[in-house]
Amino acid sequence: MEVDSVFFTDRSGRVTSNPLLDQLPSYQSLLYRRKSSGAGSKRRNSSRNRFGSSGSNKWAVNTVSKHEEKQKLEERPIRELPKTMAEKRQQKAQRLQDAADLSSWRQWKQGTRRYLRRLREDAHDWLSSLQLWRGDIHLIEGMFGQGILSYFSFLRFLVMLNLIIFVLMFSFVMLPIIIAPHTSGNITYNLNDGGICSVYPSSTRRGLVIYYEHIADLLSGGGFLEQTYLFYGYYRAHKIYFPKTTYNLPLAYLLATIAYLFLSLVWIVKRSATGFKRSLIQDEDRFQSFCNKIFAGWDFCITNVNASKLKRSSLLYELKTDLEEERIKQKIADRTRKEKCRIYFIRFLLNLFVMAVLAGCFYSIYKATIFSQKAQMDNIKVNFIVDLIYEYLPSIVITLANFITPLVFSIIINFEDYSPAFEIRFTLMRCVFMRLTSIGVLLFSLWSQITKCKEEPCVCGYNHLLYSCWETRVGQEMYKLTIFDFITIVSVTIFVEFPRKLIVRHCDCGLAKWWGQQEFAIPQNVLEIVYGQTICWIGTFYCPLLPAICTIKYFFMFYIKKLSLINNCRPATRPFRASSSNFFFLCVLLIGLALACMPVIASVAQINCSQACGPFVNYTTSWEVVPTAVSQLPDGVQGLLWALSSEAFAVSFFVVTCLAMFYMIALAGAHKKVIKQLREQLAMDGRDKRFLIQKLCQAQRIPEVRPSQPRQQVLSSSSSRRSPNYETSFSNNFDESLFLVHSPPDSSTHV
Amino acid sequence: MGNKQTIFTDEQLDAYQDCTFFTRKEILRLHARYHELAPHLVPMDYTNEPDCKLPLALIVNMPELKENPFRNRIVESFSEDGMGNLSFNEFVDMFSVLSEMAPRELKAIYAFKIYDYNVDNYLCKEDLKKTLNKLTKEELTPEEVDLVCDKTIEEADLDGDNKLSYSDFENMITRAPDFLSTFHIRI
Repeated sequence: MEVDSVFFTDRSGRVTSNPLLDQLPSYQSLLYRRKSSGAGSKRRNSSRNRFGSSGSNKWAVNTVSKHEEKQKLEERPIRELPKTMAEKRQQKAQRLQDAADLSSWRQWKQGTRRYLRRLREDAHDWLSSLQLWRGDIHLIEGMFGQGILSYFSFLRFLVMLNLIIFVLMFSFVMLPIIIAPHTSGNITYNLNDGGICSVYPSSTRRGLVIYYEHIADLLSGGGFLEQTYLFYGYYRAHKIYFPKTTYNLPLAYLLATIAYLFLSLVWIVKRSATGFKRSLIQDEDRFQSFCNKIFAGWDFCITNVNASKLKRSSLLYELKTDLEEERIKQKIADRTRKEKCRIYFIRFLLNLFVMAVLAGCFYSIYKATIFSQKAQMDNIKVNFIVDLIYEYLPSIVITLANFITPLVFSIIINFEDYSPAFEIRFTLMRCVFMRLTSIGVLLFSLWSQITKCKEEPCVCGYNHLLYSCWETRVGQEMYKLTIFDFITIVSVTIFVEFPRKLIVRHCDCGLAKWWGQQEFAIPQNVLEIVYGQTICWIGTFYCPLLPAICTIKYFFMFYIKKLSLINNCRPATRPFRASSSNFFFLCVLLIGLALACMPVIASVAQINCSQACGPFVNYTTSWEVVPTAVSQLPDGVQGLLWALSSEAFAVSFFVVTCLAMFYMIALAGAHKKVIKQLREQLAMDGRDKRFLIQKLCQAQRIPEVRPSQPRQQVLSSSSSRRSPNYETSFSNNFDESLFLVHSPPDSSTHV
Repeated sequence: MGNKQTIFTDEQLDAYQDCTFFTRKEILRLHARYHELAPHLVPMDYTNEPDCKLPLALIVNMPELKENPFRNRIVESFSEDGMGNLSFNEFVDMFSVLSEMAPRELKAIYAFKIYDYNVDNYLCKEDLKKTLNKLTKEELTPEEVDLVCDKTIEEADLDGDNKLSYSDFENMITRAPDFLSTFHIRI
């Protein structure tokens, strides 16, 4: 017998399983429930019959660990047991019987527990039936699988988030102003002190207004829209005196802003917690990629013929890519030094090129913004369309840049010779950077315009001649970006994707074949909506109704994208994994949030708020509201708040957080080591097990025989001669167990 | 709430709710689906637990299973006789294990059964080859199939016997992040 083989072959040469292994507690826990049947035995080996007829329950009765197992099973809910329905019902009846023996207090406790569980499940069921777009998402899942599903559920999440943000802003900022007249509240407005800083020329159009000017106003947020609830400038209330309380509107405005940023952060982090854990596990073990694809690769939700074909081809593609990656890894390992130098040099050049492209785009955005602002200030009215283009120039340039740069990046990455997986990630990172930084550049150029005066330094802290109400102006830019983004998405769907589908379907020329049908590229679509959401976060401070606009925008986007997906697209051949994609979306969203916080914080804390409009007229910067309000609180609370914001507290808090983080990192490292050790131990134990069983079977097998000796006697005598290792639970089961499939008539042993 | 229906007794529905991950409504819906597979065979009144089994061929043609490359193995793993004939209990059991709420350990047990083509409690290379060919409809070359199977066993095999036992499989599948979301049928 070779050292490595554990299993004997019977006389016909087939490999059969060893009965000793069947008795192991680890097998018992599998609880297979095959019954032997005449028809079944044709397919299976004879050993199966034996195993099947003995039945796992019988073994469970006999092994020593039966008691512990029973206890373990009892703790698990019945439906999590891998048994047939009939057995589960038996188990339930058994448990009920056992429960009847318990005291009435225990019975009541169990009964209420079961009732609460049922109640919770029913409530969960009802809540999920209320979920928005449940049927649509189900349909998409069936047709396109998990990757695209995650995009749509991400979209749904953003709709909910924007709705909640809007409700927050509305109830704390707008509602008090609206209901004040009805509840006999007295609104005091900010006083116009007559200084040069508080001059606010009205921008409403007078005289005869041509109809398209209204459309221009609607699209640009100017004209009749400027002095409405839409923009910051309208909220001039200082305090609202209700019968019982006074409502400090500036404070509420600022705190609502901080609250919505904080709420978004908490909600996103909570949502990404599960994905993050899974991502950590996955990244740790890149070796498991083949197993994952074979055993967890097929999406059981697919019901559509085309989708299954696509899934099949994408799995095939993935497997081939993996095999290719192995080859490339080998190739990289085999690179000579000269080749390495060449590659690094090429990469350095290409990265310089990428930075040059980015710098070019940012410069053009800067120039476009300045040009657009000048055109609006000088009020040159050429033509309706040209005016609109001047207004929208920054948005147009940003959109063009965001359209061209991904193409450039994906061409460049081919020359940089990275592994395929890294290529995808790196290109994506570059695109994310491009998208989100372009908003930053726009805001920076706006800020440079606002704080640039003819005589330095500015009298009011900002350019009051051109920007008497600069927050409203920023709000208008954000509003324009949002509207233009929505228009772009709708027009691309209607004017690019739809004709493309028609051309590819009806025209058989080479161009159509080369262009191919539209693919639903998940990363680019996700970047689009993250971009929109970042604008919303930045803009809500200046344009409190923007979340509502974004909610409506994403609502319509869902239907547009769904239609486009079903009618025009085929799923991407390069699949996007469901687990990592959720985490990726939320990660990019967090980056967007971080980026959105910066301008808001800068403008609240640094830039002087406008003196002509808005709730913060009486303060230098918007942040000043908070210290002023705190100074009106009772002394004790004041002292506490000052202590909390002092440097001592901040430093010690920072130190404690750092310590906690280091502890967590050390713990994670220790766990990793333990896992590695346990794995090695498992492997070693497996080898031990095989070795011992091999020895045991060797010890039992005898070529010549004493035919008339009863088996039990022989075995029991042999048991005493055996080393203590073998006196395990096996020794209890001798009567029924140790018969080898092909054993010689007796199995008397001598060692 | 369940008084209007006459298909099951309240006791039966209760038992189903405890033994599966479905609510009463969903169980009634499942019964409707089971019934429409073979309206003449499946009785509408299950109160006296009729002994009715539907053959493999009917079940495998359900829209939820039709496109699944493992549909035959799935149905066989849940059938008592191993031939794929499912009674209503087994039918419900199958969709319960494959539902969203079933825990990972339970799904892992049944996944192992499904992928074990020769039913020997091990995933040997032959089982893996069959699985792979069903997945890719034999579009990989034999060398590539061989290579992939070797790599899979290399990745997951802990005790070094060149095949995957249940503990190897379970250890590997807990680290497969997509398993819970892909091993799931919506009905």
